[in-house]
Amino acid sequence: MLDLEPRAEPSRAMTLLSPVFALIFTLLVCVSMFLWLGKDPWQGLELFFVEPLSSPRALAELSLKVVPLLLIGLGLALSFRTNVWNIGAEGQFILGAIGAGGVALLASERTSAWVVLALLLAGTAAGMLWGGLVAWCRDRFNANEILVSLMLVYIAEQLLSYLVHGPWKDPQGFNFPQTITFATPTEIPRLFTGSRANAGMLVAALAVPLVWLYLFRTHGGFRLQLSGLAPHAARYAGFSARRSLWTACLISGGLAGLAGALEVSGPLGQLTTHVPVGYGFAAIIVAFVGRLHPAGVVAASVLMSLLTIGGELCQSRMGLPKSLTAVFQGLLLIALLACDTLIHNRLKLVRTARAPAR
Amino acid sequence: MLRLELTGIRKEYPGVCANDDVSLAVAPGEIHAVLGENGAGKSTLMRIIYGAARPDAGSICWNGNPVTIATPEVARSLGIAMVFQHFSLFETLSVAENIWLGQRGSERLTDLTARIQTASKTYGLELDPERPVHTLSVGERQRVEIVRALLTQPQLLILDEPTSVLTPQAVQKLFATLRDLAKTGCSILYISHKLDEIRQLCTRCTVLRGGRVTGVLDPRGETERTLSRLMIGSEPPAIERATAALGEAALVVARLGVKPNAPFGTELTNLSFTLRAGEILGVAGVSGNGQKELLEALSGENPATHTGAIELLGREVTRCLPAARRQLGLHYVPEERLGRAAAPSLSLAQNTLLTRREPVGRAGWIDRTRLSRLAERVVARFQVKAPSVDAPATSLSGGNLQKFIVGREIDAKPKVLIVAQPTWGVDVGAAAQIRAHLLELKRNGSAVLLVSEDLDELLQVCDSLVVMARGRLSPRVSVGAITLEQIGEWMSGLWPAEAVEAQVA
Amino acid sequence: MDAVFLLLGASIDAGTALALASLGLLLNERAGVLNLGAEGIMLVAAIAGFATAFHTGSDVVAFFAGALAGAALAAAFGVLVIWLHTNQYATGLALSLFGAGFSAFVGIDYTQVKLSERTPFTLPGLQDIPALGPALFRHHYLVYLAVALAAAVSWFLFRTRAGLVLRAIGESPESAHALGYPVRRIRLAAVATGGALSGLAGAFISVVYTPLWVEGMIAGKGWIALALTTFATWRPWRVLLGAYLFGGVTMLQLHLQGEGVALPIQLLTLLPYLATIVVLVLISRDQKWIVVNMPASLGKPFSPRT
Repeated sequence: MLDLEPRAEPSRAMTLLSPVFALIFTLLVCVSMFLWLGKDPWQGLELFFVEPLSSPRALAELSLKVVPLLLIGLGLALSFRTNVWNIGAEGQFILGAIGAGGVALLASERTSAWVVLALLLAGTAAGMLWGGLVAWCRDRFNANEILVSLMLVYIAEQLLSYLVHGPWKDPQGFNFPQTITFATPTEIPRLFTGSRANAGMLVAALAVPLVWLYLFRTHGGFRLQLSGLAPHAARYAGFSARRSLWTACLISGGLAGLAGALEVSGPLGQLTTHVPVGYGFAAIIVAFVGRLHPAGVVAASVLMSLLTIGGELCQSRMGLPKSLTAVFQGLLLIALLACDTLIHNRLKLVRTARAPAR
Repeated sequence: MLRLELTGIRKEYPGVCANDDVSLAVAPGEIHAVLGENGAGKSTLMRIIYGAARPDAGSICWNGNPVTIATPEVARSLGIAMVFQHFSLFETLSVAENIWLGQRGSERLTDLTARIQTASKTYGLELDPERPVHTLSVGERQRVEIVRALLTQPQLLILDEPTSVLTPQAVQKLFATLRDLAKTGCSILYISHKLDEIRQLCTRCTVLRGGRVTGVLDPRGETERTLSRLMIGSEPPAIERATAALGEAALVVARLGVKPNAPFGTELTNLSFTLRAGEILGVAGVSGNGQKELLEALSGENPATHTGAIELLGREVTRCLPAARRQLGLHYVPEERLGRAAAPSLSLAQNTLLTRREPVGRAGWIDRTRLSRLAERVVARFQVKAPSVDAPATSLSGGNLQKFIVGREIDAKPKVLIVAQPTWGVDVGAAAQIRAHLLELKRNGSAVLLVSEDLDELLQVCDSLVVMARGRLSPRVSVGAITLEQIGEWMSGLWPAEAVEAQVA
Repeated sequence: MDAVFLLLGASIDAGTALALASLGLLLNERAGVLNLGAEGIMLVAAIAGFATAFHTGSDVVAFFAGALAGAALAAAFGVLVIWLHTNQYATGLALSLFGAGFSAFVGIDYTQVKLSERTPFTLPGLQDIPALGPALFRHHYLVYLAVALAAAVSWFLFRTRAGLVLRAIGESPESAHALGYPVRRIRLAAVATGGALSGLAGAFISVVYTPLWVEGMIAGKGWIALALTTFATWRPWRVLLGAYLFGGVTMLQLHLQGEGVALPIQLLTLLPYLATIVVLVLISRDQKWIVVNMPASLGKPFSPRT
């Protein structure tokens, strides 16, 4: 019989290997499901892992998915390390889009190109506001941040719906729930002509080392991590739990809002009810698979983007439902959590029958 | 025929051999002591007897028959009952419900309640079955545990350090109960490291040191010195106590009143004392009488709802947070180590950042070289056995971690140092080193407040004492001027009230 | 005045699913386990129940299927959290995310399907009482089952020894373990039973309440059920009451629309979610009260090795 025996020290090797094991397990399930559904698993694997990387155009599409996942994932990694369970990043993302959209509506073809910056700042601020609400409810009223932030997602969705059905609706839009297509100056500059990849990549690339430095080289980051690792020790040290809470919520909310703003300024170009596509929730998986570490989050966001794009390709080319991706992503997280047990415990074979000691 | 016989018991854990060829023989109706320091292997041995752990080698015989005690269930069915050092009580449930949970079988709660009342009278352990446990004092809670064990009609009762939470008077009462119990034929295993109690109560004693049996004898025929030698291998190191000249008032507490934060906490009333530079003041008392609340108020972790004032080096700090107090020179070593004084998964170097700001520069940037050097200095100066300063706090033994924590605070050259239970659970050598460092700190002019349950430690190290009971402080006495019995009475709150008033005035 | 009684009746209907799910979560939490996967469990159970009802034509079998699906998922969650010591929050979230995807995937073929209208179960005689009769006594039998379950859970927790053991484990699993109780197995049983109830709630929604399948049709009721257990301070009767109140808030929006109140539909749709936040805020304000009522070990990991 197998039993778990606690290790004296957490295993470094397993911390890195666990996501790999989880991925292998998920892929095995993936292949099995393909076979069960009567589809060719090799084609499926190719669509997931090869095709999205195969051409500059494919890479550009990939980058469009990586950027929001990466930004939100960074924020969530920081937040979870602080033991602040901001599950409502999706709502903060929506608010970021709304904030950016609001500024974009004011722009015309003659507006300066700096309006993009205003868009991004507005989106970040809106995301921070929404994240701040979560912090406020927990700080002032001890309300559980998981439930509050989640409820705010539903509320954010309704807010968006109201705006695009009502005051922000495009009068020339044939009554579709959407805003006007925003003026050209609001579009974030592309990186290469003819490619959809845009400067959002630079923003994301900059965010990674900044978050890393903050978390691991500053006292502020140390305080945040201590709040999560050993809250009693943080209290003893005199580090303000309230300050950690607000910092985590504002940073993760701001980053999610920034991601939303980049979507508006980038691929979306307008607001519709289809703005929320689940980045906020997928980023939760990204944060965990990335070991809550900025470098890991980069790798995990690429992986998750591959799975998403692969899922879309499987739908269009092989007639498989898109929800398959969500199944794999959820399974990946569950497998990861299970494999993580091996970081702190060792598998041991235990003989069941014990002869009476003589 | 022996009630319980252990032969050649061996139990290993990763990195340490907790029990090495241990044998134990307990006769029916015998009160048998198991004596040893913390870490000697007593707890492991008890866990094996109780079925919570299985030995790697060796045999167990019960009433002459070989048995395998695979689980606590098996132990109970044999007739073994255990009263743990840390109680397994459910605060929100009543005494009767708690005891009911400890029984097997389908007895009804009403029937059990009647049995509790009978047992209560028979053994002289007063208990009200309807009261919720969170309203009970520590001594009363222990009674619940004992009655719970007794109602299973055990043939062997194991008591693990039962007197660490009792006043001297309550200890005598417990001993009377145990003697009555032994007369009925029940064997008693009494785990302790208190030599005087063992000599008073027990007729046989097995001494453990470093996982091995160093002696089996009748404690009544031994002196504390011989027992101590078997227990720690040598004479307890003598501590030289020099008196320094008393300096300025470093910490003044005036009429402090604190309402408890936690639902089952203790309210502090009208506490006053003055701590001067160059002295060590001890606060004696059983845990749960307000020490936690006092320490929180002094360290600044709970700055709310105070009446009265706290003054540190002439500055009013009643509402100040811990960081501000540390800046003024107040450092604190709390009772809980892993999880509070040190973060378990962080390295020693990182743990230094909890209370030391020297390596942190402008804009919060951490200078890692400076940090390592600071941690290395603490490790070297306080003889902390650690592989490196990057080793996680969990990799250190209890004694070494405590040396690091105490060292971290002393290295900050505090003007006032508050320590709580500094040597609890620490091996003898490390405990002596820590106490020596406290005395050195005092000699260098700092003021030290020592909160401890260990009366021996307080009498050894402190210049004067106060006793804390039910949220109030006794009058202050110098260590030479008070007896153990008197301290015991004061621990129940029975000190002359006028004496306190006179001192405060 | 008729409208009030209609609203009352509708609230009871709407609240029943919440009540069932929340009672299940209450059992979980009384044992000290926080299952954030309730939403995912309800979604999977909803499609399981719907598909079963469609293929077998039997409601009872469908409810069984839903409960079974819920119990199975919850048991998997329980093994991960209780034996493998995975983080309770993260695992619950993972379950919710997985459940959302899995239910959407399995439910692909059922989105255009409709089940036949269900006839309400009526208590003869009582339902003829004017006004109050139809409001209270003309519901599907699961509604009455929910009430019976609230009574059963209450009796179990506070009048039986097994319930006492469960509560003890919720307060201090270490002490219970020291007393020799199989803490992990009991917790798993509580988690699985809780999952079965949540599953039953999910099946109720897709088979009876709105007899069709739409991706994500649980729409947050699993999360609201979680808030509800805190709101009700882990007491079964309060859970029932709270569930009906929430049901009322949900129904209010349809009602107001019917009355021609000129508020944007989105404002009415978000009422239940806003109400949840308000309720959480009001309840959690008094930290002391929560601490005294909450199972002390809730959310904390337990290992038999001390």
